[in-house]
Amino acid sequence: MSMTITEKILSRHTDLDEVHPGMLINARVDIALGNDITAPIAIDVFRKSGGKEVFDREKIVLVPDHFAPNKDIESAEQCKIMRDFAREHEITHYFEVGEAGVEHALLPEKGIVLPGDLVVGADSHTCTYGALGAFATGVGSTDLAAAMLTGELWFKVPETMKFVYHGKRRPWVSGKDLILHTIGRIGVDGALYRAMEFTGEAIRELTMADRFTMANMAVEAGGKNGIFIPDEVTEAYVRERAGRKYEFYSSDPDALYHSVIDIDVEKIEPQVAFPHLPSNARGISEAGDVRIDQSIIGSCTNGRIEDLRVAASVLKGRHAAHGFRLIIIPATPAVYRQAMHEGLFDVFLDAGAVISLPTCGPCLGGYMGILAKGERSVATTNRNFVGRMGHPGSEVYLAGPAVAAATAVAGRLAGPEQL
Amino acid sequence: MKFGGRIWKFGDNIDTDAIIPARYLNTWDPQALAAHCMEDADPLFMKKMRPGDILIGGENFGCGSSREHAPIAIKAAGIAGVVAKSFARIFYRNSFNMGLPIFESRELWGLVEDGAEIEIDAGGGVIRIIGGATEPLHIQPVPPFMQELIADGGLMNHIAKGKAK
Ligand code: SF4
Repeated sequence: MSMTITEKILSRHTDLDEVHPGMLINARVDIALGNDITAPIAIDVFRKSGGKEVFDREKIVLVPDHFAPNKDIESAEQCKIMRDFAREHEITHYFEVGEAGVEHALLPEKGIVLPGDLVVGADSHTCTYGALGAFATGVGSTDLAAAMLTGELWFKVPETMKFVYHGKRRPWVSGKDLILHTIGRIGVDGALYRAMEFTGEAIRELTMADRFTMANMAVEAGGKNGIFIPDEVTEAYVRERAGRKYEFYSSDPDALYHSVIDIDVEKIEPQVAFPHLPSNARGISEAGDVRIDQSIIGSCTNGRIEDLRVAASVLKGRHAAHGFRLIIIPATPAVYRQAMHEGLFDVFLDAGAVISLPTCGPCLGGYMGILAKGERSVATTNRNFVGRMGHPGSEVYLAGPAVAAATAVAGRLAGPEQL
Repeated sequence: MKFGGRIWKFGDNIDTDAIIPARYLNTWDPQALAAHCMEDADPLFMKKMRPGDILIGGENFGCGSSREHAPIAIKAAGIAGVVAKSFARIFYRNSFNMGLPIFESRELWGLVEDGAEIEIDAGGGVIRIIGGATEPLHIQPVPPFMQELIADGGLMNHIAKGKAK
């Protein structure tokens, strides 16, 4: 029987020759991930159920990134639980502050997740790794505990929705704009329980950074995973990073899909998603006159070097509007160093920005840029729910780095072409 | 399993930040989390609700993050269960893994308002609206594997049993 890439990867991690949508399977896990918010619960569950040893110390990844470097005493306690556990079990991939960055930018960068892998993470944006042609999905802490103990987890094989992107992108249109437009079209539950497979000639032209951004937001449409068919772009990215074998899978030409959705990329302009749902997306030319107080450029969605380069190209020779807060958050130490070497920090500092250490920070309302009642932030992050970045009476507008940078200059929602 | 209670009704896409805002996630103490349950959806919720009440949601209840703090907060607040038109998948998974009873019903939402009383008969697969004129409503059947998870008392107990076999 023909299978989609998602079905193939899942079946290769069981003893079954083939799987089909709706089947409940037990599958082997290549990588299991936790962070400073979800791992402490998983560790507690692991211990309470008598867990003595992890199934494989090289396949568990623990990253303190959400409230780290510790923002307060409670966060310090949570990070300590994770650090102690990592020491006790000699976890290979534990990243201390200084090495740690936003998990979903860090793992691909380090070559820890690879094409063909089955990855689970106690974080909903684990779906990011689908950009590599892996099956990656978010789970809860109890699931993480089970995976750490047994190396296996139960899954329901999802149906796949195929998204085909036709045509050429307009100037300043990035992966972020494609995915915001897509979510705007199908809604925040438009892909509920399903795999989202991103294909088409416009997709083949995307950098890995843009692909990570798109796969990252599959969960914002309710998707179980987002996935790309690996190609030469993938190969160039993983070749020098991989420390173990990896495998490229693709969908069979006659594989069965839940639905096929065609998207004409030429019609898409830079997008902005209005509060309080990622699906409230519209073109920047239709944004109207919205005054903004702050711009956040970073996160697992858009904190990579390519994103910072785009922001810098907009900000070069310009300055943020009077009274505007521009906060740049390189997602990992490597991105931080690279941006510094390329002179992007000078561009940012000249524009009046502050540059944060790598952290999730304000993305989930943690710290480093929290909003007061009535304040508005444009952000390259992935969620604009009520209270996501601070006070329940504040607002978040989601956009790509080009719009986030241009908005900082204008002091109101704007794209580079409106400056 | 059969239980009844007073309902509190919420709309579509109640996300995990509304159920328990991320700003409180520097702890996972159930009581500390429960104090802020549903805070960003209805700031007065914890003042109004009583233990044993039931949450009613629209489409995509529990969308957003993977945080188990969401079902933990709901359970610790004393909510007996959640009925929604549909659930986001990680929330659905977490609830079964942790033993929070949740049910899918497309009809119930349109038939009840805050304060109504309902009775859920999970075994019989029906919901009754107390004093309501309508016939009992059918709940989406729970897949046998998930029933097994609940019967075993959650995922970790299920694994422990499997190992002992
Ligand atoms: S950057 Fe934001 S969305 Fe990404 S892992 Fe951190 S908190 Fe979650």
